[in-house]
Amino acid sequence: MMTQFEINMLVSGYPGKTVINGISFSMRKGEFLGIIGPNGAGKSTLLKTMSRVLRPSSGSVKMGLRDIFSIPVKEFARSVAFVSSDPSIVFPFTGLEVIMMGRFPYLRMFASESRQDIEAVSRAVETADCAGIISRPIDNMSAGERQRILIAKALAQEPEAIILDEPTSHLDISHQVQVLDILKDLSVNKRISIIAVLHDLNLAAEYCDRLLLMDDGVIVSSGTPSDVLDYATIEKVYKTVVVIRENPVSGKPFVLLAPGLKR
Amino acid sequence: MTFTDVKGALASKREKAQKVFLALAALLAVSVFVSVLSGPAKINFSEPLSEITRRILYMRLSRTALAIIAGGGISVSGVILQGLLRNPLCEPYVLGISGGASVGAVVSIVIGGTWTILGLSVLPLWAFLGAAATFFVVYRIAEVNGRVPIQNLLLTGVIVGAVLSSIVVFIVSFSEKETLHSVMWWLLGNLQIFDNGLLIFVAIIVVAGSVAAGALSNDLNAFSLGEEEAVHAGVETERMKKVFFLIASLITGACVSAAGMIGFLGLIVPHFMRMATGHDHKVLIPASFLAGGIFLVLCDTLARTVMSPSEVPVGVITAVCGAPFFIHMLRKKSRL
Repeated sequence: MMTQFEINMLVSGYPGKTVINGISFSMRKGEFLGIIGPNGAGKSTLLKTMSRVLRPSSGSVKMGLRDIFSIPVKEFARSVAFVSSDPSIVFPFTGLEVIMMGRFPYLRMFASESRQDIEAVSRAVETADCAGIISRPIDNMSAGERQRILIAKALAQEPEAIILDEPTSHLDISHQVQVLDILKDLSVNKRISIIAVLHDLNLAAEYCDRLLLMDDGVIVSSGTPSDVLDYATIEKVYKTVVVIRENPVSGKPFVLLAPGLKR
Repeated sequence: MTFTDVKGALASKREKAQKVFLALAALLAVSVFVSVLSGPAKINFSEPLSEITRRILYMRLSRTALAIIAGGGISVSGVILQGLLRNPLCEPYVLGISGGASVGAVVSIVIGGTWTILGLSVLPLWAFLGAAATFFVVYRIAEVNGRVPIQNLLLTGVIVGAVLSSIVVFIVSFSEKETLHSVMWWLLGNLQIFDNGLLIFVAIIVVAGSVAAGALSNDLNAFSLGEEEAVHAGVETERMKKVFFLIASLITGACVSAAGMIGFLGLIVPHFMRMATGHDHKVLIPASFLAGGIFLVLCDTLARTVMSPSEVPVGVITAVCGAPFFIHMLRKKSRL
């Protein structure tokens, strides 16, 4: 039972438009899986289908042996949490209120927060390193602070897996590293599976155990960062000339752009 | 360490909410007192109370009770729709529900002739049926493949509302002068209630609806971060959308059927309460109920006294008092 997700011949998309066209892969518990690929490849659609927002038109997403759509919504939310890239904020809740919403699948009507809820939230706040900012309204936060609040909210759900859509896209390098360090720690030490769409190929290479390269609704290549980040494949998929070297510190592949060069 | 921080933050939030509730409760008591004691007729409290004094007191009390219920109900309905549709500018009148109620009421007035005591027991029923019918029409039109996207709900509501108000204008343009006056009075809101059964009916719907919304405030919190966020948090979004829209429709339909169209309330009261208590619906819903009651009781008191002995429609007062206050607060907020 070490398999977390089992995706089988998944076809999904929007009414009148198929975006994902037959994807299969499985994922171990505690794995840090990165999904990369150009814009429009179907990365976000895959995440939405794995988090039950979109219903697949065929194929299945299974957790353990159960199809995720046969699991009650609340029970599913207790095992899978989602961090969206940067949700638009209409009502400026405080950081703590947002994190508390992560307890929704555990709360009952009328009941106020139990000791268990407060403990779970405190652990989440500590892990996501946002103790100093929980009393502030989220519209008064920097992108990095808000991202940590959203990660804390996901952690308050006490999930077995966290799905993230471009968790680092609005962050500077120090906050990118901070957020990804938190996620890496969760996958290594707490055995929480991490599935993240990442645009920065170098960050993906540094942090992910395994990469899925998507293009046009299918998986083009999957494996360790060194397997997937092969210059011929990347050039073909991204239609851009790249040079791939090895990071002298980590030994992971490193993608350099070669501007001006035509393929 | 963090545990005490979190616990402390929750406790201070609770304390702040309790203070707001206490202040609102005190204000409500004062405004009820003021409302019952003011009006064109002087009340003589020398014992024993004369028959006429008793009648006046009874009328003012029932009127004040309706003001609390309708003011509270419309405000709670505004909070629900704002949270559900994630739009702070939503109010019950935007979504066509009250438009349906007014078509029902206007039809009833036109059929039933003039504004009579007898007509009053039929009119609320018509208005309520109009609101209920509108709910189903809006919901059916907005539905696509068994789902109701939030944006569809908003757009459909606005369009259906526009159609309904032109139907009202159409009917009004063909009605007699006498009828016209009744229709106008009704459209601008009137809190005098002569039918105890109706008052109790409205009170039951408004209180039950508000309690239900309060019980579901965690769902509403999740919705106000966005529909997808609500799915991720474990909300059964399709079912809950229907539940919240139905609650808001029932409350609005009941309030409008008894008190007519009282605009602006459902927009500004929730707005002020958001500033006072924050956005957590667990606090926001009861606070908005109390504040809406206070606001409408005070507006109605003004409506009865400002041009005494004649009466100004209360809907005019809510707009005239509410708008400048609202603009002031918005400007003050944007300067910060």
